[in-house]
Amino acid sequence: MARPDHGARTARSGSTRRQFLLGGAVAGVGAAAAVGGDTALRAAAGETPPEPLNGDRTVPFHGTHQAGVATDAQAHGLFVALDLLDGTDRADLVRMMRILTDDAARLTQGEPALADSEPELAVAPARLTVTFGFGPGFVERAQGRGPDWLRPLPAFGIDRLDPQFCAGDLLLQIAADDPLTVAHAARMLLKDTRSFAAVRWSQQGFRRAHGTERPGTTMRNLFGQVDGTSNPVPGTADFDRVVWSDAGWLFGGTGMVVRRIGMDLDTWDRLDRGGREQSVGRYLGNGAPLTGREEHDEPDFEATTAIGFPVIPEFSHVRRARGEPHERIFRRSYNYDDRPVGAAISRSGLIFVSFQADVDRQFVPVQRRLDRLDLLNEWTIPVGSAVFAVPPGCAEGGFVGETLLT
Amino acid sequence: MHTLQNIRTTRLAGLLAVATLTLAGCGATADAAQDDAASPAGQDVTLADGWVKAADSGMSAAFGELTNAGSRDVTVVSATTPASTALELHETVENETGEMVMREIDGGFVVPAGDTLTLEPGGDHIMLMDLVEPLEAGDEVTFTLTFSDDSTYELTVPVKDYSGANENYVGGDEGDGGMEMHG
Repeated sequence: MARPDHGARTARSGSTRRQFLLGGAVAGVGAAAAVGGDTALRAAAGETPPEPLNGDRTVPFHGTHQAGVATDAQAHGLFVALDLLDGTDRADLVRMMRILTDDAARLTQGEPALADSEPELAVAPARLTVTFGFGPGFVERAQGRGPDWLRPLPAFGIDRLDPQFCAGDLLLQIAADDPLTVAHAARMLLKDTRSFAAVRWSQQGFRRAHGTERPGTTMRNLFGQVDGTSNPVPGTADFDRVVWSDAGWLFGGTGMVVRRIGMDLDTWDRLDRGGREQSVGRYLGNGAPLTGREEHDEPDFEATTAIGFPVIPEFSHVRRARGEPHERIFRRSYNYDDRPVGAAISRSGLIFVSFQADVDRQFVPVQRRLDRLDLLNEWTIPVGSAVFAVPPGCAEGGFVGETLLT
Repeated sequence: MHTLQNIRTTRLAGLLAVATLTLAGCGATADAAQDDAASPAGQDVTLADGWVKAADSGMSAAFGELTNAGSRDVTVVSATTPASTALELHETVENETGEMVMREIDGGFVVPAGDTLTLEPGGDHIMLMDLVEPLEAGDEVTFTLTFSDDSTYELTVPVKDYSGANENYVGGDEGDGGMEMHG
């Protein structure tokens, strides 16, 4: 009855493959029997059934919150900031966000976007998420009122900001376990922003590849440090409190800070292992605090050495980052490793990404303390900085940004 | 530039030929279906993944997947929309010089029983001949399809920016040669 798959070009090929993988669960008794027979044959031949492909895995798009925040971080992250064109008005923003929402809803579920010229690239979502953030310029153009914290971060003494990595009206965070999937999604979304906005900056980041280590393992940055141990855990009340906003149109959304932090690997190389651990206050081996044994042991800031010095030094990153109980953020960063210039052999760093309900209350005080004193500042230079309001998610038929735009 | 276009449309032609053969095959089985108290075509047909190409003025085209859930073949004989003063149902065919051109299809779009007809760039599509106002990305356009049994189906699709779908158009008067669709 079904025609042969002339449409490798259509959405149908993707869903057909998924249905096939789901096997008897969808297809009824006959198919179940067939799968059973197949399994039996494999067992007889000493084969194990094929593992489900990670490329087929999807993260739900619709919901109270946008995906890509609480989502277990994918291997590849692309951050694209756009500036709205001069003529783009509030009605245009509605049209743009409708289109981008539809693209994201389809692509994240492994289906080509409408008018997708490369539909074959869409059928392996690999946990693709697309997360939209609004800069101050977007909210202004929408004739809305943003939260007070939606503005450039205060100037920090350590910053050496390059305008080509700062600010932006609209942010697209596109992340998946497959870089080709990310590239295709970005291409599709940017084709659909062309009438409304222009790319301001774009930053590509990576973590461990899928399957390299157990899911939930705290990431390592290019200094070799375990980075993000004190993160609240998605799915807990603690996480909800830290991350999700309850303010106006941002209810169910969050605040996002994206900072590009250059890491000077060449001078870091001169530091011995002990010095490296002292600068952070954690062991490099497993990220345990210098007063503990396991990664998630609470640092003991009171502990002193035999001669009376703090075990976790006053200048260490862990101690300096710690503040009032409400001064907490959720980090979801990515590494970058650019082509070196001149005589340097590396140009690497961190695309620092943090989510918090209130940037001024939660993020800024921490960054102020680190700005004043943090031994890690010796080897790190912030070169980019941007703040976005990440609106809540939407239901099917709705669009991201509707709480601001309608 | 013309050459590039020809290469692309020629490649698509192969795919289109496969689709057409397949549809014909399915149609043959559907012919055997009983003709008892069939519902109006407009109730059996749905359009999925529809979209229309953004354009400032002149012509544009609409695409999507027309599925016929009914037990007999249906034929779309015409389409209307507030967005254009005139519409045509187009097919894309090879002309005597081997060039792929689009032209109005004789007798309308046939959607076989239980099957899907794909309207796509380089293939069958609904042609908007003269836009009333610019079609801007993210707008929505409503179409009404009329079937050979006079029943109708109304659908709404979004406008999308799209760089393709620039096939040559042969107007109703075969003598006046090809005409470029403006996009």
